[in-house]
Amino acid sequence: MQTGEKESPVIQFQNVYRTYEMGDQVLNALDGVNVDISRNEYVAIVGASGSGKSTMMNIIGCLDRITRGDYLLNGTNVGDMSEAELAKARNREIGFVFQSFNLLSRASALKNVMQPLVYRGIPRAERKRLASEALGNVGLGDRLDSRPNQMSGGQRQRVAIARALIGNPAILLADEPTGNLDSKTSQEIMALIDQLHQKGQTIIMVTHEPDIAAHCDRIISLTDGKVESDTRQQKVAG
Amino acid sequence: MFALFESFRSALESIRAHGFRSLLTSLGIIIGVTSVIAVVSIVQGLSYTINAQFAGLGGNSLTIRSYTPFKKQIQGRLAKLRDSDMQVISRRIDGISDITPVLFTQTGSQGAISYRSQVSFSRVIGIGPSYLDVNSVYPQQGRFFTTDDDERRRLVCAVGVDVIEDLEIPGDPIGKYFRVGNEWCKIVGVIEERGELLGFSQDNFVLLPYGTAKRIMGASRDLDIQIQLLVDDMNRQDEVKDRVRRVLRQEHGLKSGEPDDFKVQTAEQLTESFNTVINMVTAVSAGIVGISLLVGGIGIMNIMLVSVTERTREIGILKALGATRQDILLQFLIEALALTMIGGLVGVAIGYGLGALVAALLPGFPAAHVPLWAVMLSFGFCAAVGIIFGIVPAAKAAQLNPIDALRYE
Repeated sequence: MQTGEKESPVIQFQNVYRTYEMGDQVLNALDGVNVDISRNEYVAIVGASGSGKSTMMNIIGCLDRITRGDYLLNGTNVGDMSEAELAKARNREIGFVFQSFNLLSRASALKNVMQPLVYRGIPRAERKRLASEALGNVGLGDRLDSRPNQMSGGQRQRVAIARALIGNPAILLADEPTGNLDSKTSQEIMALIDQLHQKGQTIIMVTHEPDIAAHCDRIISLTDGKVESDTRQQKVAG
Repeated sequence: MFALFESFRSALESIRAHGFRSLLTSLGIIIGVTSVIAVVSIVQGLSYTINAQFAGLGGNSLTIRSYTPFKKQIQGRLAKLRDSDMQVISRRIDGISDITPVLFTQTGSQGAISYRSQVSFSRVIGIGPSYLDVNSVYPQQGRFFTTDDDERRRLVCAVGVDVIEDLEIPGDPIGKYFRVGNEWCKIVGVIEERGELLGFSQDNFVLLPYGTAKRIMGASRDLDIQIQLLVDDMNRQDEVKDRVRRVLRQEHGLKSGEPDDFKVQTAEQLTESFNTVINMVTAVSAGIVGISLLVGGIGIMNIMLVSVTERTREIGILKALGATRQDILLQFLIEALALTMIGGLVGVAIGYGLGALVAALLPGFPAAHVPLWAVMLSFGFCAAVGIIFGIVPAAKAAQLNPIDALRYE
């Protein structure tokens, strides 16, 4: 935390626009956003539906491209990246956790977690070792061969988190990670994410639930594609 | 290389996961390859056997027969080969080891043979002593004719095993007499069995000494014979063939410009005409199979397109995890390729089994024989179908936008 402030930001949004054209109408999903996020930060992006938070999430995750402005990821301008470089950035810099888990339904938990390493050219035996280790870290060491449909929502999200972290990404990007979970399971998952943050993982989370956002150190609030507020909060201990 | 290997593994996993659908998908390919392999195995088995039979003639043998163009046939002027022709050839041409006349006496009632009350029909052939070596046939019992038999025109014969069977000659056939046409003929030898070809027996014949055959046919008649000879040096075959032609033309008094009234054929040429038929059958079946593989390929493209749509979300996930367009393209392409190749493999196996079954069930049919080229060609075609019809769905999958793909329900 202390050193994090001094390093160059892991994410820099400089006057970022994302424009959709629908017939004659021009819609600015992001309307001149300026945000820096540093290493080890624990950030929530909040806002109402249609505020642009999902668009921002997709852009941070290199799934979408910006229309205007600059987005620097680890100091590299994402706008200059080729399709293949974007894929590489998704593979190495970003770990995704989705609301609907987005696991490969036909594959076991182990295979799901191994998958990102395929694109790094890591041999199968090594992938297996790393993936079982990662699943052990999220408390699923005994469910390696289970398929997603054989697991509870909380277990599935744990698999997703293990998969997101397997490649040691710069950022863990979570899109409503507790949106499909009951409140008890939500708390368990948030406890796991809190724990990851304490170990030094940079986490960016999109949510519309205030009590989930309350876990974070910093809350960026979007309205109509603009940053409405950007506040750092002192977390209540415990 | 690594990406290829990984794609192949994930393709196999995907095929296994959709076992039944994969089977249906490659059914077109399986049926196509099955039919080509079955047809080719039967036809090639046939050709293999027949070629082996012709090889019995010896690759270095020449057969000379008279040939009358259709125009002359109408005029009633039939060309003939005579004893004198054979004598001229054996006198004037070097490099010939064995030469034999072959006289078919099948005309009229001469084909009828009988023993006691049993009557049968057979090919009755008059031959010289060299016939054995030229045709590689040997007696399995008794003896063959001697020059003496020929010169004295003795009524002795060597017969194929079928003759003994058909005439129901009991006990040791050697020394028994039976009727050939109107003559009584003594069996002195039985020729070794050659089996059936296309359901026709090859062991139904009566061999007579050439002189004897002429006598039965009527010595005064102007007979038309065939001449078979062996060329000593295989490499000089064409040379000998040319010389035979020149000598015979001269002998027959043909002017330059007039066509030959005889044909000189090598054993190769005998098989060639047969092989032409075989190749035609093979080509036609290959054409039909090509069409069925094409249809199979379209089926695969269809299923792959459905599969891409169905797995849109999966593709989105893989892209979010870092799959490049090439990764996705390769995965789907290799999946299509694996489907067709597995289909091809299954097709080859079933086709061979089917060919073997048909060959086994039909009496007198030779064993099925699958040449390597047919297998290679089938696999090559399957691979081509997989790539050609896999590329469109694979490209479609690769081009998907990750955000839209992830949202796809």
